[in-house]
Amino acid sequence: MFKYSFQWRPVLQALPEMLWGAVVTMQIALIAMAIGIVVGVAIALGRRSANGIVRSLSTGWVEIARNTPALLQIYMVYFGLGTLGVRVDSFYALLAGIAFNNAGYLAETFRGGFAGVPETQFRASRSLGMSAFQTMGYIILPQMFRLVFHAMTNQMVWSILMTSLGVVVGLTTDLTGVVQQLNVRTFRTFEYFLVAACLYFLIAKVVTVAARILAWRLFRY
Amino acid sequence: MIEVSDVRKSFGKLEVLKGINLTVKKGEVLSMIGGSGSGKSTMLMCINGLEPIQSGRIVVDGIDVHAKSTDLNHLRKRIGIVFQQWNAFPHLTVLENVMLAPRKVLKKNRQEAEQIAVRHLKHVGLGEKLKVFPSRLSGGQQQRMAIARALAMSPDYMLFDEVTSALDPQLVGEVLDTMRMLSKEGMTMIVVTHEMRFAREVSDRVAYFHQGKIHEIGSPEQIFGSPNQPETANFLKSVHGA
Ligand SMILES: Nc1ncnc2c1ncn2[C@@H]1O[C@H](COP(=O)(O)OP(=O)(O)OP(=O)(O)O)[C@@H](O)[C@H]1O
Ligand SMILES: [Mg+2]
Repeated sequence: MFKYSFQWRPVLQALPEMLWGAVVTMQIALIAMAIGIVVGVAIALGRRSANGIVRSLSTGWVEIARNTPALLQIYMVYFGLGTLGVRVDSFYALLAGIAFNNAGYLAETFRGGFAGVPETQFRASRSLGMSAFQTMGYIILPQMFRLVFHAMTNQMVWSILMTSLGVVVGLTTDLTGVVQQLNVRTFRTFEYFLVAACLYFLIAKVVTVAARILAWRLFRY
Repeated sequence: MIEVSDVRKSFGKLEVLKGINLTVKKGEVLSMIGGSGSGKSTMLMCINGLEPIQSGRIVVDGIDVHAKSTDLNHLRKRIGIVFQQWNAFPHLTVLENVMLAPRKVLKKNRQEAEQIAVRHLKHVGLGEKLKVFPSRLSGGQQQRMAIARALAMSPDYMLFDEVTSALDPQLVGEVLDTMRMLSKEGMTMIVVTHEMRFAREVSDRVAYFHQGKIHEIGSPEQIFGSPNQPETANFLKSVHGA
């Protein structure tokens, strides 16, 4: 019987490298989340637009993002744009792919959130002379974000985990990429992946707790 | 002065206002009474441009509300409105609720806006509730806050749409008192109300809405004492407090 003997020392030595990978992972996830929120709001509003083209594009985005594998979405950005002659760095391809996915899921979440803010809030705000834009920024969005905050936290965690798909477009700097490289060099597969999994788990938990604290600070009412 | 001439308004096929003519002078208090669905709320919404109209004209101090060139946000600074319910912005404290529009619309700085807000909140008896969120207020307090919020814009006109009808009976009085106070201070007001005793007491004129028209309009003594139209008399008979 093949006997696998655990060796933790090389893993421990590689830990700083992995932590740097985790930083890159967080970087991608956070930027992709920020883009996803902004674009998601735009799409959610676009789906209620009077303009038919805007409406179709918005709906199309949501449908594709939610009904195709995230892996393929990332592929499409990387290789799809590649065949069109646009070379995309694997970091940005992954970032764009996840942002695309986030925006689609969040748009759907936000749509529900907007529906949960009473129409009368809009009227009350406009009646004070506030513009549609001000009303959105000061009255509607803050209430909407509260309603969907939990779902947004979930998407953030999902976004972190999705970064591990970067290996398929050759990303070597994020946590999974780093581990993959180490694995190729040393074949300590199980140890590295176990530690990586623990790190992902830890990050996800920290993010969830941080989000809860943020919500508690933000939504005092 | 608010001048409404021959205003027609439909929601889809349903014609809700069927040719309204009305003039409200500076300092006047006009009450609108009438059955459910007669178009009173719609009339108020048209006056500050929250709802478009199909034909006719509404002119406020010489400004045609529904003209394409009219800056509605500018006009609305001068016309305060308080609705039946859900007026409060739940994510803002009482003080922030009242400060927001003076800051963002009138471009006051924080201190000025706060001074204005505190003054109006004290005026309506909410000086002790500045840092509280609306969810902690009673319905009557929420409505008084909404009144303060509208007053903080220094409007020339105040529109009230059944501001007491979602309130528990014991809270109605405090809100009516606040409106009474405003009328004494000379505020020009249009008050949609089911409180007939109040309408009789504070109004200079009373308009009875019936099926999208002003069926009868006159002094409170005349409308409540000796209505000319049988529909007006029937309506008054059907409501309490007349
Ligand atoms: N946004 C809307 N879309 C379609 N129909 C509407 C809308 N708002 C009001 N209506 C209709 O217009 C008519 C007049 O409504 P309005 O709210 O002006 O009546 P009201 O006199 O204020 O009645 P109430 O005393 O019940 O408040 C009603 O038949 C109502 O169903
Ligand atoms: Mg009404």
